[in-house]
Amino acid sequence: MSTDLTTGSGADRAATGAPGRDPEGPDARRAARREGWSRRLPLLPALIFTILVTQIPFAMTIWYSLRSWNLLRPDGETFVWFRNFVDIFMDSTFRGAALNSIIITLGCVFAALILGTLFAILLDREFLGRGVVRTLLITPFLIMPAATSMLWSVSLLNPSFGLLNWVIGLFGAGPIDFTSQMPLFSVIMALVWQWTPFMMLLILAGLQAQPKDVLEAAALDGAGWGKTFLFVTLPQLRRYIELSVLLGAIYVVNTFDQIYLMTAGGPGTASANLPFYIYQRAFLGFDVGQAAAMGVVTVIATIIIATFALRLIFRSFDTKD
Amino acid sequence: MATTLTSPTPARGAAGNAPTAGRQRRRSGGSASGSLLTILTWLLALVFFAPVLWMVSTSFKQENAAASTPPTFFFEPTFEQYAAVLAQNAGPYFANSLIATGVSTLLVIVLAVPASYALSIRPVKKTSDVLFFFISTKMLPVVAVIMPIYVISGRLHVLDNVWTLVILYTSMNLPIAVWMMRSFFQEVPGEVLEAAQMDGAGLMKTLRSVLIPMVTPGIAATALICVIFSWNEFFFALNLTAAKAATVPVFLMGTMTSEGLFLAKLSAASVLASLPVVLAGWAAQKQLVRGLSMGAVK
Repeated sequence: MSTDLTTGSGADRAATGAPGRDPEGPDARRAARREGWSRRLPLLPALIFTILVTQIPFAMTIWYSLRSWNLLRPDGETFVWFRNFVDIFMDSTFRGAALNSIIITLGCVFAALILGTLFAILLDREFLGRGVVRTLLITPFLIMPAATSMLWSVSLLNPSFGLLNWVIGLFGAGPIDFTSQMPLFSVIMALVWQWTPFMMLLILAGLQAQPKDVLEAAALDGAGWGKTFLFVTLPQLRRYIELSVLLGAIYVVNTFDQIYLMTAGGPGTASANLPFYIYQRAFLGFDVGQAAAMGVVTVIATIIIATFALRLIFRSFDTKD
Repeated sequence: MATTLTSPTPARGAAGNAPTAGRQRRRSGGSASGSLLTILTWLLALVFFAPVLWMVSTSFKQENAAASTPPTFFFEPTFEQYAAVLAQNAGPYFANSLIATGVSTLLVIVLAVPASYALSIRPVKKTSDVLFFFISTKMLPVVAVIMPIYVISGRLHVLDNVWTLVILYTSMNLPIAVWMMRSFFQEVPGEVLEAAQMDGAGLMKTLRSVLIPMVTPGIAATALICVIFSWNEFFFALNLTAAKAATVPVFLMGTMTSEGLFLAKLSAASVLASLPVVLAGWAAQKQLVRGLSMGAVK
């Protein structure tokens, strides 16, 4: 509806703004061109800045990925076509890191979405101290991820004095050395804790945007809470869920802080994800060519997956009108 | 949902005169389950918040109480750890973070306001393509570009320079900011702008006197998101800075590796590092809700 409105009024404004009524005349064409540029002008600084800062380094990454370039080897750079790509696909650590990336992203986004939706539903009603509860619930999203990593890996998950181990001890379970016995799970826990508020806020916005008369109608028809949620609320939340999954995935795929500070990718490479492994290859292994090739593969995979997600969102933008 | 619906009714039900017993039962049931839900909500929120409480309480402990088995819950609070952290010369780190966060956020707003104007109120032809391009740059994992950025920065002699972070944080937040701000701009009714133009107000005057005041809450929300992400950013700061331009997350990491055994001090450092953004987020949580739901809220 909104897109429809603006494009409609934009066209109106364009029509009234053009001085020449005759679309064939050169004056009109020049005016139209001027009009086009005056529309484009405000966009250009941001667009040019973004192209310069994001696309040039990426083009260089592609170039690097086709070269053998290891800062530790004296033989210098050579052009090797796709050998780096062949090498990294033979590298089982790379495949493991790719798999970990997928597990972490899917696990975190899914769990945070479920938990966030639950919190959003609980918050979407009047009750005593609602503002305070909301404040408590958004806080993990605001805390510095480096601090979150420390908090989880040491204060909560430490086998001898971690709070969580004390809690499970109350239930008779032995202390667990979380970050070395189940490193991926530990990282996902910390990530879910951090991203649940993000999901909650988005879903909450969706719940509050629901037209109240539809809900009342559902209640009058005798639909219970479950049915109302399933058949009325959930379809309306679709766009919000898609948006939160997309944005959440974009950020979670890039997770680095928690891996670096909680498990350092270990034990061994058990919890390394792609960003962490690329970092290792580049800054500790000094293998620029391979690191670049991994970067390119990551980008391609991300773009393929995200394009599907984005198409979904744009489609729902369109069908809304 | 059902609770939102029934919540007005208990008040009326309390006044009595309910026509049927059945409806009355449902109302009282609603209010009882309502308070049960409230208790459940509070419990869940407290459990979810507990790690934060734990971190804050640890920061006020002595070191031996911070790493005790079983955990220490009652203790005499001390500011010793905070004093120790502040004595560690944390000032420059905070100053760098302040510059990197403040200037990049300002730059994002300056670039994103006109851009979102050109994508909403007076839209360019390929608006959705441009939007797609902006969001697609967010799909570019930062690790994929860190090597070239490192090499370019090295050649330009801007490694360990806080202005390099300013540029990178601007590009990191700009796409999201454009998306968010555009959704706020779209809510400005076209008639308001037309009326202003009818009055003979020039473009700049229309912008200044009509548009900017209407979208100020949106700008604030966008700025807040930018502040959160740039203040907390770790990857670029870790790889591109050293002694001179290091930011707060790097300082925190330094404390962690050098004094990882001093849990109370580490917690105090974490609290100090997170505090500015946590306070800002608490103060502006309404904007946060609006801002994050970019484009989706109508």
